[in-house]
Amino acid sequence: MLTRADLVALAITLELAAVSTLILLLLGTPLAWWLGRSRGRFKFVLEAVVALPLVLPPTVLGFYLLIALGPRGPVGGLMQALGGRPLAFTFTGLVIGSVLYSLPFVVQPLQNAFAAVGRRPLEVAATLRASPLDRFFTVAVPLARSGFLTAAVLGFAHTIGEFGVVLMIGGNIPGETQVLSIAIYDHVESLEYARAHWLAGGLLVLSFVLLAAIYAFNRRFRWVQP
Amino acid sequence: MSLEARFRVDRGEFVLDVELSAPGRGVTGVFGPSGCGKTTLLRAIAGLDRHPTGFLRIGATTWQDGDRFVPTHRRAVGYVFQETSLFPHLTARGNVEYGRKRVPPAERRVALDRAIDLLGIATLLDRKPASLSGGERQRVALARALATSPRLLLMDEPLAALDRERKGEILPYFESLHAELDIPVIYVSHSADEVARLADHLVLLEAGGVRAAGPIGDLLTRLDLPLAHGSDAESLIEATVSEHDDEYHLTYLETAGGRFTLTRNQLPIGTKVRLRIAARDVSLTLEPQTGTSILNIFPARVDQLLPEGDALVMARLLVGGAPMLARVTRKSAAALDLASGKRVFAQVKSVALLS
Repeated sequence: MLTRADLVALAITLELAAVSTLILLLLGTPLAWWLGRSRGRFKFVLEAVVALPLVLPPTVLGFYLLIALGPRGPVGGLMQALGGRPLAFTFTGLVIGSVLYSLPFVVQPLQNAFAAVGRRPLEVAATLRASPLDRFFTVAVPLARSGFLTAAVLGFAHTIGEFGVVLMIGGNIPGETQVLSIAIYDHVESLEYARAHWLAGGLLVLSFVLLAAIYAFNRRFRWVQP
Repeated sequence: MSLEARFRVDRGEFVLDVELSAPGRGVTGVFGPSGCGKTTLLRAIAGLDRHPTGFLRIGATTWQDGDRFVPTHRRAVGYVFQETSLFPHLTARGNVEYGRKRVPPAERRVALDRAIDLLGIATLLDRKPASLSGGERQRVALARALATSPRLLLMDEPLAALDRERKGEILPYFESLHAELDIPVIYVSHSADEVARLADHLVLLEAGGVRAAGPIGDLLTRLDLPLAHGSDAESLIEATVSEHDDEYHLTYLETAGGRFTLTRNQLPIGTKVRLRIAARDVSLTLEPQTGTSILNIFPARVDQLLPEGDALVMARLLVGGAPMLARVTRKSAAALDLASGKRVFAQVKSVALLS
């Protein structure tokens, strides 16, 4: 069965995924909106940056984050100068790492969804007196809602599943930065296969249920267009 | 609340240079082939595209002039798009109320129920757009635009995506706009038929410029314009219902050129209507015919003649001052010795009544 330490790791994992997903949706929505509609010349640069975590080994991202967030890095140094502590090996550090690492999984579905909405419904809303912000919330968001669901679930599931970045910047501190994926690794290293099975099997089922839910939802709620 | 608009759009290969004015009420048709700039003009008027060189005033309100540019959502403009533009996530009612809710109560002049009645959509309100037919969707879209109490209504080929049957179903609703709306309506179309049925005034666009503009009856019958040619050429005559004949079941209508006889209709005496007469349904004689079944025969004067291909001639007649087209064979024209100024009799075989 799950031990207390496993349950703590599970709680940290879910909290990390929830906080990261929330931040990702808040940051990713305006970013995806801009990417989905901009015709700017340098849009491709930003698109490439957003997609980087898809191709980089997580350890590369984790390594740079470790340096940046550590006491001698720009972010960690600033935190220290302001009287805080460096962010490496903290939960906040994990959230920053997760947000960067899962960014493409949130931005890309949103960007595609906004692009699929197109300009016409927003123009129609403009002729019906809706201001730009009003149009965004009453037309673009409802029409892109399957994109929001996909983005949230992918961001959440991907954060639960990450390993490399978390290991590099989290430092595997039980009760603070030890998440499930790392706990599983620890169990396997110490040959506690039964405990590894419980956690690994649990993650497998959770991930499957989440993904099956998005696909089922998207099928049911696709707007029936003529 | 008349409309005054001037736009110059230069996109390299395509230049739109248009000056347009429309009276405070009535439908102004903007007619022209695809690619002549009709939609560009309408989008500029709505403020959906911003062109640096433009002027637009409705009544005393300036929407665009120099640096001044009122964004679309602050313009009291109704827009009906060519294809279905209903929000798929809202019911028909949600669509109609979407714009209305955003208009300050003090500016709501059109009652919601009236917009719904006018378009006959009361029974459709709880349905989602996906379950409506093309014609029903356009009726909801028009009701949605009207419900915002616009000061100007723009319609961009609203029937183009519909088949003939759906068009027939929706046109009567559109025709009633004439009588019901006291705002200018700009109706863009490449269909001469729709324009003739709906418009009071006409602006003829060609390659980004205004070729001609004026009352529809004049432009339809000007032989120097494309509308007055081909087998669909027709004339519009203003008429007033003057008498119903119960014995023969007929209705008489007074026009500038004389009294028209039509089969009995239910319109009250005094109703102003338009009569639509196809050029191919008008034949000419030198003497008034007797012993004919044709009831509508009027003295007329030939104003202009223009050959139509090798076999036919289009004649522009003046019937009591109102222009009317007659399409006859070149052989008949020669036999009758038709020439400008010649007095003839126009026999009208068939007349359609537009309310």
